Amino acid sequence: MTTAAGVAERLTSLVGALRAHGIRIGTGETVDAARAVEALGLADRELLREGLAATLLHGTGQRQVFDPVFDLYFPRGVGGPEQRAAGREDLRDRLAAALAADDQALLGRLAVEAVDGFGGYGSAPESDGWSSYQTLERLRPQTLLARVRDDVRGQGGSSGFADRLLEDEIRRRIETFRALVAAEARRRVAERRGRDEIARRAVAPTADQVDFLFAGKARLAELRRTVQPLARKLATRLAARRRRASRGAIDLRRTLRGSLSTGGVPMKPVLRRRRPARPELVLLCDVSGSVSGFSDFTMLLVQAVHDQFSKVRVFAFVNRIDEVTGLLRHGTADPEGLSARIQAEATLTGWHGSSDYGMALGEFAERYGDAVGPRTTVFVLGDARTNMSDPNLPAVRQIAERARRVYWLNPEQRSRWGTGDSAAPAYAELVEMHECRTARQLSALVGRLLPV
Amino acid sequence: MFKTVDDVSARLAETGYLASPAVATTVFLADRLGKPLLVEGPAGVGKTELAKAVAEVAGARLVRLQCYEGVDESRALYEWNHAKQLLRISAGRDETWDETRTDIFSEEFLLTRPLLTAIRGDDPKVLLIDETDKADVEVEGLLLEVLSDFQVTVPELGTITATRRPFVVLTSNASRELSEALRRRCLFLHIGFPEEELERRIVRLKVPALDETLARSVVRVVGALRAMDLRKVPSVAETIDWARTLLALGADTLDETVVRATLGVLLKHQDDVLKATAKLDLDAL
Repeated sequence: MTTAAGVAERLTSLVGALRAHGIRIGTGETVDAARAVEALGLADRELLREGLAATLLHGTGQRQVFDPVFDLYFPRGVGGPEQRAAGREDLRDRLAAALAADDQALLGRLAVEAVDGFGGYGSAPESDGWSSYQTLERLRPQTLLARVRDDVRGQGGSSGFADRLLEDEIRRRIETFRALVAAEARRRVAERRGRDEIARRAVAPTADQVDFLFAGKARLAELRRTVQPLARKLATRLAARRRRASRGAIDLRRTLRGSLSTGGVPMKPVLRRRRPARPELVLLCDVSGSVSGFSDFTMLLVQAVHDQFSKVRVFAFVNRIDEVTGLLRHGTADPEGLSARIQAEATLTGWHGSSDYGMALGEFAERYGDAVGPRTTVFVLGDARTNMSDPNLPAVRQIAERARRVYWLNPEQRSRWGTGDSAAPAYAELVEMHECRTARQLSALVGRLLPV
Repeated sequence: MFKTVDDVSARLAETGYLASPAVATTVFLADRLGKPLLVEGPAGVGKTELAKAVAEVAGARLVRLQCYEGVDESRALYEWNHAKQLLRISAGRDETWDETRTDIFSEEFLLTRPLLTAIRGDDPKVLLIDETDKADVEVEGLLLEVLSDFQVTVPELGTITATRRPFVVLTSNASRELSEALRRRCLFLHIGFPEEELERRIVRLKVPALDETLARSVVRVVGALRAMDLRKVPSVAETIDWARTLLALGADTLDETVVRATLGVLLKHQDDVLKATAKLDLDAL
């Protein structure tokens, strides 16, 4: 790896791994990265990391993919640490001291030791694999909280008002340590099984490419934080589209009348002026457990662009339907509690707790039919899994006839539509159904489908 | 301009800009590779300050183009001074047409705007294109030519190429996604909130009269606020404001009363203030 060819090879495979995660990097950037390596040298790993990030990346969200991939291709060391960890208690002691002192470098070294000592599984003496989960289960760094807190207080490191922040700070330090252990375990595994494979499989994708259906709690929280910036972008996009749409077509009648003063020669074309449309939006959201992450996100997003529309009404359902527009308006202040509030305050379930599209859509057509008119665009959000009950196609047909457009956004992979209890193909015949698995797909779809 | 990355940090620090390793490395590379630097990040973390600091270090003139919706070629690049041209025409009545024409389209009647100013002349310059995301997409197209070849074409005069490349810094708040083409021509730098230790040094540098332990508490409280899910988290500018406020109030230590009274300096939304009050236990007296 110290030879020039070795570095070049390492660099191009790093770029390859990043491309596999959907980061677009051209040859020009790779050349720039190589020039950066030349200028910075290979002596300092952190400088190299920043240098490559600056030349290869184009956006903020890509950084969290880049860092783990970089750790794999330019590892801190090879193999295990020089001395084996003495024992669990000894390691915990030293970990507690490092957490109390907030010493990043020491935490990194301890993570290496911890994975080496407790992460290996399979036949001894050489392990078959390395598991961060197993390391953390045996080490249990979260149980050190009280001890570290008392240590810090004992040394007089925290007093007065800021003392109340201490516990949260230590929790954050423990989180850092967990991330370090995960990175170290990935590195050890990569040494055994080939770096390219691990880089492709074990590195989490950027937040906007995570499947809604499989996103964990932390990922959903991260997504929710992107709602506001995303909404702002969508709003500018919609405004630009509206500006463009308001000019272009020639108003023939007024052009000809204008041409009378120039002897019938149309000198000044008059463009047709669009009547300002007042589009209305109705959202029908499945908020049952399986798809609630997707519905939440979409509801917040639509609420955030609501000032672009004359009217936005949002309905939530599991097997009964209820209007939640008001809840959502207050929900923007506290997006985390939104789904809990909807579950608590709206009547969403009848006799049982599983979702029933047929019943909910039927009830909507019956009770809230007047919410849909010729200016309304309806979005249905859900996976169309009806739990084997009647999909109630006439109700959907009725909604589709009244509305200007009806779109169905399905967070499931297209290949899985129609499997099991999914009624997706039946619904897709009546209304336009789009696959919408990630935040990136959603923002593209919303930008394209929202009425101007 | 710079020899090593450490050299960048040291010289920026002399001007009062404490750079994180990421910032120093990227500035070093931008100088070495001669590429523009695109800086993104939340408001108030010192994106614009970075350009000013680099200009001061390099002893260069700072040329600033502030972008806004509707900024156009005549604001960004150049414009002919029409009034002066008219005066010139009426002053020389008995000239031939050819003489007048060559004369009124000469340097004398050219009003250079920031982009053209930055690439003309031999003195070192730092070009700051501020809030690039506020400008329209058309302006981005304009920037592409300037940033990749450092040249501008004025039809009446010909192509003007930079004899000395300026150090270019573009800033963006990401209110609009910049085009891929523009991003590809730049080095990308995200400036986030600084680490605790760095922020403490920044506070000490900007508000030297503040007590060491108080500075430590200030930074810790701000760190805790950033970890909450707020509508607008406080950034470095607000930390410094808060430190100054505490100094002006003559507070030696933080306590509930002081924090509650001055929370408005850090948080700009009522919801955020309520949330922070609850989480920091400011009500429990």
